[in-house]
Amino acid sequence: MSHQTVEFSITAAERLNETLNAFLEIDREGALLRATEIEKRGTSGALAGIPVAVKDNICVQGLQASCGSKILGDYHPPYNATVIERLTKAGAVVIGKTNCDEFAMGSSNENSAFGPVRNPWDTTRVSGGSSGGSATAVAAGIVPVALGSDTGGSVRQPASLCGVIGLKPTYGRNSRYGLVAFASSLDQIGVFARKVEDVARVLGVMAGRDPHDSTTADVPVPDYTAALTGDLKSARLGVPRALYGEGLDAAVKTSVENVVDVYRELGAEIVDVELPHARYAIAVYYIIATAEASSNLARFDGVRYGFRAEDTPELRQMYRRTREEGFGPEVKRRIMLGTYVLSAGYYDAYYLKAQQVRTLIKNDFLEAFKRCDAIITPTSPTPAFALGEKVDDPLAMYLNDIYTVTANLAGVPGISVPCGLSSERLPIGFQLIGPYWSEPTLFKLAHGYEQARPFTERPPINAY
Amino acid sequence: MPITEKDIQKVANLAHLELDEEELKTFGPQMIQIVNYVEQLNELDTKNIEPAIGGLTPEGANTDSARDDEIAGSLGQKTALEEAPDSAHGHFRVPKVL
Repeated sequence: MSHQTVEFSITAAERLNETLNAFLEIDREGALLRATEIEKRGTSGALAGIPVAVKDNICVQGLQASCGSKILGDYHPPYNATVIERLTKAGAVVIGKTNCDEFAMGSSNENSAFGPVRNPWDTTRVSGGSSGGSATAVAAGIVPVALGSDTGGSVRQPASLCGVIGLKPTYGRNSRYGLVAFASSLDQIGVFARKVEDVARVLGVMAGRDPHDSTTADVPVPDYTAALTGDLKSARLGVPRALYGEGLDAAVKTSVENVVDVYRELGAEIVDVELPHARYAIAVYYIIATAEASSNLARFDGVRYGFRAEDTPELRQMYRRTREEGFGPEVKRRIMLGTYVLSAGYYDAYYLKAQQVRTLIKNDFLEAFKRCDAIITPTSPTPAFALGEKVDDPLAMYLNDIYTVTANLAGVPGISVPCGLSSERLPIGFQLIGPYWSEPTLFKLAHGYEQARPFTERPPINAY
Repeated sequence: MPITEKDIQKVANLAHLELDEEELKTFGPQMIQIVNYVEQLNELDTKNIEPAIGGLTPEGANTDSARDDEIAGSLGQKTALEEAPDSAHGHFRVPKVL
């Protein structure tokens, strides 16, 4: 059985890749070998024989880890990320590595050195990013589950644009060991699936304390599927009305307002909440994320792994040329910005200020959660936009993350759930954000909506 | 705050990037646009606000992350060098330093 399932996924990935460009590597041989082993052993692991696609910035031993960048060359990590160790131990089979924006920096997947991923609902449009390949692979029915990383919305935003569920857990829930670092205080590994129950099962397997990542918290991992009770009677849902205004597409707004009505019908209490500092989130994010990135990406210097520029007889010249030739424009822009905000004389004005406003954003959430169990917002201000539409305007591109970055800044969990199609048949998603460690509540609420309004539409490009 | 081409060059040096002519021209205006945008944070009085540095959740901050002082396996010299662009005699080899 597991062999058949894995074979189906691999064949679909191969067949659709020319159209979608979702995979950077497909491991037919290795994956089938593992599927056969699992079948022989008759493993009863929680994920036995489940095919999984993994974003190409998460280390899987034996497979490449390009991070969508040329600077990593033909890098093959010599170890597994902790989340991969845990998933494979439970019987999951990694079938390949998915395309992404270079070093997870982007909201459209157009920053990949290996070409953009195309949206299976309309191949002239973006998949969202940065985990666009993983979102697309799940949306097109290639795999039931995929992993991504979410620093400012990189799981939730492409999930919304592709019509699947995407979770960013609480900071410290999943180990980041083996995830190539972008912004360490914001990065979390997340999960894509078409059903809430699948997300809950996978998180249950991979979450928890890891001695290899000192930022994982010593918090017990509950049985997340136990939360899928369907009972929303005592739930309190907060609506930050002030965020449903400027820049929000009319169809998205209507769609999310309808979701609020559905929750009301299901017995949830709807309360108004305020997040007065949320409008500063993009500014705070682009200081903190770029500062951390400029430091994290200093390790790519052509010495220990990856690409090295040729004909550079002197060390400094080698560093500079390697980084100039190896990094793409968006990564350079962010390294430059991060170096600038951290440089002598500017640290207090930018970095320290941003960290102080981050406290205010976090306090907004703590205050709001005194009155509700979760907050509901759109995930993305618009459905999928056209390839090329925003590439020349970095700031316009950054504003795609307006609804998602706050959760990363505060460290709280968020989940995107599909809630319909626009008139152009493009998916729309809504987001639930909860307090620290409230994943069970988010699953309960997302599952309740899923039961009441199942999203059964399929994209025209699919593996079914 | 104005950002000149000289500033861009200085930052590029700090970041070990060798920008080409076109990047020097485009990055300046783009960085000015982004820096102007982030300066909206100055509207806020943050005099008595603690910066959000350190463990984000109370549980994360309270987690004892020290490991036992025990010897554990490592990648080993051979594996660690396998992905290097250039290595020799068990070391990473780099171009002339001085």
